Amino acid sequence: METRNVERQANGLAVEAAGLVKIYGKERAVDGVDLAIPSGTVYGFLGPNGAGKTTTIRMLATLIQPDAGSATIFGHDLKTESAAIKSRISLTGQYASIDEDLTGIENLVLISRLMGYPVKEAKQRAAELLSAFGLEGAAKRQVKKYSGGMRRRIDIAASIVVTPDLLFLDEPTTGLDPRSRNQVWEIVRALVQAGTTVLLTTQNLEEADQLADRIAVINQGKIIAEGTSSELKASVGTGTLNVQLLDAADQAQAAAILERKLCVPVHVSTDGVTLSAQAKDSSIVAQALGELGEEKIGISDFSLGRPSLDEVFLTLTGQSASNQPIEEENS
Amino acid sequence: MSVQMEHDKTAYEEVHPSNAIAGGRRPDPPNALASTMAFAHRALLRIKHVPEQMFDVTVFPIIFLLMFTYLFGGAIAGSTGEYLQFLLPGILVMTVSQITMYTGIDLNNDIRKGIFDRFRTLPIWLPSALVGALLVDVIRYSLASAIMIGLGLALGFRPEGGAIGVLGAVLVILLFSFSFSWIWTAAGIIMRSEKSLMMVSFLVVFPLTFVSNVFVDPSTLPSWLQGFVNINPISILATAVRGLMHGNGTWEQFGWVVVVSAIFVVIFAPLTMYLYRRKE
Repeated sequence: METRNVERQANGLAVEAAGLVKIYGKERAVDGVDLAIPSGTVYGFLGPNGAGKTTTIRMLATLIQPDAGSATIFGHDLKTESAAIKSRISLTGQYASIDEDLTGIENLVLISRLMGYPVKEAKQRAAELLSAFGLEGAAKRQVKKYSGGMRRRIDIAASIVVTPDLLFLDEPTTGLDPRSRNQVWEIVRALVQAGTTVLLTTQNLEEADQLADRIAVINQGKIIAEGTSSELKASVGTGTLNVQLLDAADQAQAAAILERKLCVPVHVSTDGVTLSAQAKDSSIVAQALGELGEEKIGISDFSLGRPSLDEVFLTLTGQSASNQPIEEENS
Repeated sequence: MSVQMEHDKTAYEEVHPSNAIAGGRRPDPPNALASTMAFAHRALLRIKHVPEQMFDVTVFPIIFLLMFTYLFGGAIAGSTGEYLQFLLPGILVMTVSQITMYTGIDLNNDIRKGIFDRFRTLPIWLPSALVGALLVDVIRYSLASAIMIGLGLALGFRPEGGAIGVLGAVLVILLFSFSFSWIWTAAGIIMRSEKSLMMVSFLVVFPLTFVSNVFVDPSTLPSWLQGFVNINPISILATAVRGLMHGNGTWEQFGWVVVVSAIFVVIFAPLTMYLYRRKE
């Protein structure tokens, strides 16, 4: 048994990638991704469905081979040293990567044995994980009878039977209720505290904000922005001002006022009464709303929201994330 | 049920992820035998949790044996008792060969469910995932054989080769089936769905098992068909199994089964593993 040792490479990087490309048919699913992820940090891939997040992760986890480009994981070359990489990484995919017909404990004993624990120790380790993840009561139930949150936890438990140096989490909280989501966040934080580097994908800015030290925004196979959460938010402004008019007839005048005050393009939604625009500063928002009042433009509702993924996209790409073709990622 | 729900709720609260961090112990990756045994154990657990999957190795053989004995016995051999002596070894070969395709279906399901991805990122000797499953399949084939032979004996099957001959015949069938299964593992990786895999399997298995010497003596067939029947691996196996069961087997018959089995493994095991590693 070798002592756990988060060895730092000379450059301190868990993942270093240059020009990763993956092509499916005519589509460039991943189109030249460069990465430099420091050891011991959480790195978030933020992007809509089909942006290339999963494909990138699957390449880095040795599951699929890049068509071009190169990458190293803790200094090991992705193409030639996959065995060395496999002993240090772990992957929790978007879909439960456990045997749903088996019980929780049977799954964890199986994975523990496959990680090299002798049968007796495998059972101990499985019990330890189940108790840490609040799954003791469900240990002897088939996983297919688990709730979404429990399933996600057992899946992550299976990924950290041997605490990995690098953990890939593909949309770990998609479809979970807020409580289960918080539990997953707690798990991620505990792992990072123990020295694990975590690379997670998400469609949710708040999640990236909560967990990630650095975030890469991915769209159509390319990283279109990279930085810390506050850097990204700064690029988007404070958020979006939404104004709902009483009368659609005022639309053109109201849009003109907002455009002049906020110095950004104003989007008019299809109902004709909802206007939205990026706001850099809340005092300017107050002035703009004041001017609408002076012009006797009736407002039924207004809100100043924090930036959402959609808005990050709007700002970074000039197109809305939800207008992206929604398609399953190639797997 | 409500008690169970209550229990869930308490479990829901208690998450102590810091307790989940493996302490200073990191085991060395398992050797090939250990990982193969772990996968074999998984296959056994699957039988325990999904017992329906044993249907194909218990009920099918019984139906097949009864159906063909009484359907063809009178017409082909004059009496069912007489025909059974000829048919049983063959129908045993046919049934076991047919159920080998379920190996591919299990693998195909694993791939579509995502557990396949986890196995592929583990630091293990990768073929153990398949070898472990195939070893448990061998147990299933043995069970199917035992059921058919038991029923056959009850119906009047009298093997002249005795218990040793019958046991030898079963071992030959198991060797062949283990080797033949690699075709289905390869197909299980290539095919997109269980449905298409089933279709392809039937297209291969039905002509192969029926156009053989399982039901009839090939000398009654047109000569062009005889050519195919004689080189058909199922005929080669059926001939060896008949020989062993009836006490007139030859080393040559046995040798051909070994050759055919080796060919299957040499081609399809590496092909399967290549596809397994490259699967996207």
